[in-house]
Amino acid sequence: MNKIWLIIQREYTTRVSNKRFLLVTFLMPLLIVALIAGSAYVSVSGAEHRKIAVVDPNGFIQSALKNSEQIKFSFPKDVDTNNYKDKGYTDVLIIPKFEGHEKTEYILRSKKSMGLMLQNSITSKINNAIEDQMLQEAGIQQNMLDSIHKASQFAELKAYEDKGSTSKESNAGLAMGIGYASGFLIYLTMFIYGTMVMRGVMEEKTNRIAEVIISSVKPFELMLGKIIGIGAVGLTQFILWITLIISLTSVATSFLPADIQHQVTTLQQNNGQMAAGMAGASESAKQIYAMQHTFATANWTLIISCFIFYFLGGYLFYSSLFAAVGSVVNEDAQDAQSLLFPVTMPLIFSYIITNMVTQNPNTPIAFWASIIPFSSPMVMMARIAYGVPSAVSYWELALSMGTLIIGFLFTTWLSGKIYRTGILLYGKKPTWKLMIQWAFKKS
Amino acid sequence: MDPILSLSHLKKYYSDQKAVDDISFDIQEGSIFGLLGPNGAGKTTLLRMITGIFYPDSGTITLDGKTFDPINDIQKIGYMPEERGLYKKMKIGEQALYLAQLKGLSKSDANEKIKYWFKKFEMESWWNKKVEDLSKGMSQKLQFVTTILHEPKLIILDEPFSGLDPVNANLIKDEIFNLAKKGSTIIFSTHRMEQVEEICDQIVLVNLGKKILDGTVTDIKQQFKENIFSIQTAEAISLHDNAIFSVVSTANHKNLVKINEGYKSNDVLAYLLKENVNIVGYNEVLPSLNEIFIQLVEDTHSTTRAFQPL
Repeated sequence: MNKIWLIIQREYTTRVSNKRFLLVTFLMPLLIVALIAGSAYVSVSGAEHRKIAVVDPNGFIQSALKNSEQIKFSFPKDVDTNNYKDKGYTDVLIIPKFEGHEKTEYILRSKKSMGLMLQNSITSKINNAIEDQMLQEAGIQQNMLDSIHKASQFAELKAYEDKGSTSKESNAGLAMGIGYASGFLIYLTMFIYGTMVMRGVMEEKTNRIAEVIISSVKPFELMLGKIIGIGAVGLTQFILWITLIISLTSVATSFLPADIQHQVTTLQQNNGQMAAGMAGASESAKQIYAMQHTFATANWTLIISCFIFYFLGGYLFYSSLFAAVGSVVNEDAQDAQSLLFPVTMPLIFSYIITNMVTQNPNTPIAFWASIIPFSSPMVMMARIAYGVPSAVSYWELALSMGTLIIGFLFTTWLSGKIYRTGILLYGKKPTWKLMIQWAFKKS
Repeated sequence: MDPILSLSHLKKYYSDQKAVDDISFDIQEGSIFGLLGPNGAGKTTLLRMITGIFYPDSGTITLDGKTFDPINDIQKIGYMPEERGLYKKMKIGEQALYLAQLKGLSKSDANEKIKYWFKKFEMESWWNKKVEDLSKGMSQKLQFVTTILHEPKLIILDEPFSGLDPVNANLIKDEIFNLAKKGSTIIFSTHRMEQVEEICDQIVLVNLGKKILDGTVTDIKQQFKENIFSIQTAEAISLHDNAIFSVVSTANHKNLVKINEGYKSNDVLAYLLKENVNIVGYNEVLPSLNEIFIQLVEDTHSTTRAFQPL
């Protein structure tokens, strides 16, 4: 036991005291923020600008097609499909005259094909205009229509989940976000730390230090020490990231003007309403309050503790498989690639399932994938975000955790046996058949 | 005196070969023992069983009078394997400390011992260097130090001199003698016969998983002698085969003769005196271990019989 502790210490300190660790830990969040900001900037600035000429014999469409930053609609008289390019338009939209109630087609001719999003938005604008026109023909006044449109903007779905006698506000968007983020994070870390374990094992083998160490400790202790040490590095990284995020947000909020901060606190105290006799809250204060209010709908204690459990469980499950692969490969990195395939396949597959489950947490495939330990760390996290016990019942959670524990005990046992033989074997090209033989032969 | 290590009918079979096939021998405490054999003879497998890395399929290992316990007896053993290396990115001092602690030494104890040995081997300035900055010979020295640091009763060295220059090889050789003098037992595995002749008290030769020779170096040489004598004379003479001996070679003033069955070395002398030869030197020529080794290994390869002259 004492020796495993020594190995864990070495694995941990050599990695954490490495400059690269600090660099990655502190630059990664910045990099992610930069990436998001960058892609947002590109999508805004890179959007195409279009000048669309509209040929509309009906006359009522014009008010529906409002100019935006990217699209300028104009309604010239003498434009057709042959001359719109010469007159400086990028597209021409030809709307037929509507008579009766048959389905009609409008035609769009473009220099460059138009994206689906843009097409959809134009279609729905025209359809709305037609609908309005028909309603007006049926006798509804224009001003009445406008007020109906305005009023309908305020409707908003508020979902509640029932917990016994009390019901709690829930938010599917947030649940999806949390589920996706935590599933993706687990997927990513399985890969990163799994390969780290594999590389560590390969290093010991190719440096020929494995046999020296194994004459002092059991191979299983060496493997376990490495896995736990690197897992601790991963946890450290998470904790640093969380601290970083919390301190950055608190720094950011402290830069808010004092009156907005005060308004936000008042909103919190009064459940979203300003106290009587006070001025109405500003827009930004309302937004901050709404964000905080939404975040509060999630059960963070449950999510974070489950995340740590599934991270550790999944990590132990996969990293021992990575260790087994590392122990059988020789210097040739190509061998590692082909041997890794059966390990990475279920990981990638689970990630795909996770994507589906974030949309719909209660399908049979979501259930089974959250029980099978190959995929449960990712898929179960996606489901837990929707709430326990409303989306995932307690017995499911217990079963999933139980199978994961059994699963990683099994993979570490199996990998331990492969590792023991593989780490001392040089020169021989490994095959899966050979590894299975090692795993199941008696010691 | 009881042997420190005693192997009895050890067997280890792999799926495709018998790596160690019924090997038994004893090693006396404080002796330097040579484990010899060609490549693939089963030496490494045998050593891995003695160090507890492998479990034998059958047979027993007795260490220091008790059945070998691979978990707790590891402290009593220092093993320098043939395939050996170090963590490249680790500092040398830290590495030695780590390996010593894995052998069960406390940190302060290990620190003290490392300082002692580093001073002795003039390695003090290396403490903060990384292994990747060391030459092969230097890391070899470091490996030797980490092997013996915890003062094991049994030291196992697999090809300890490979890659060492003569100066450092001598340094390590002297240390091996010193350790044996202090009571450690050394198992020394190699196929460099001249080193074995120089260092080892007792040897065992294995081939194809079987023991084919066991004994002290002098006994074995006696056993394999072919009654060849060298005669050095003042003047060049020409000898001819006769009833007493046959001539093996003649060169300058030195003749090698093989004494025939039934005659003794004095008979040769009597004959030479009678011939009035001016003798300046007369001694027996014993075969070198190298010759015995090659002869035995070739024998086991060409015939299937297990040659066990015991």
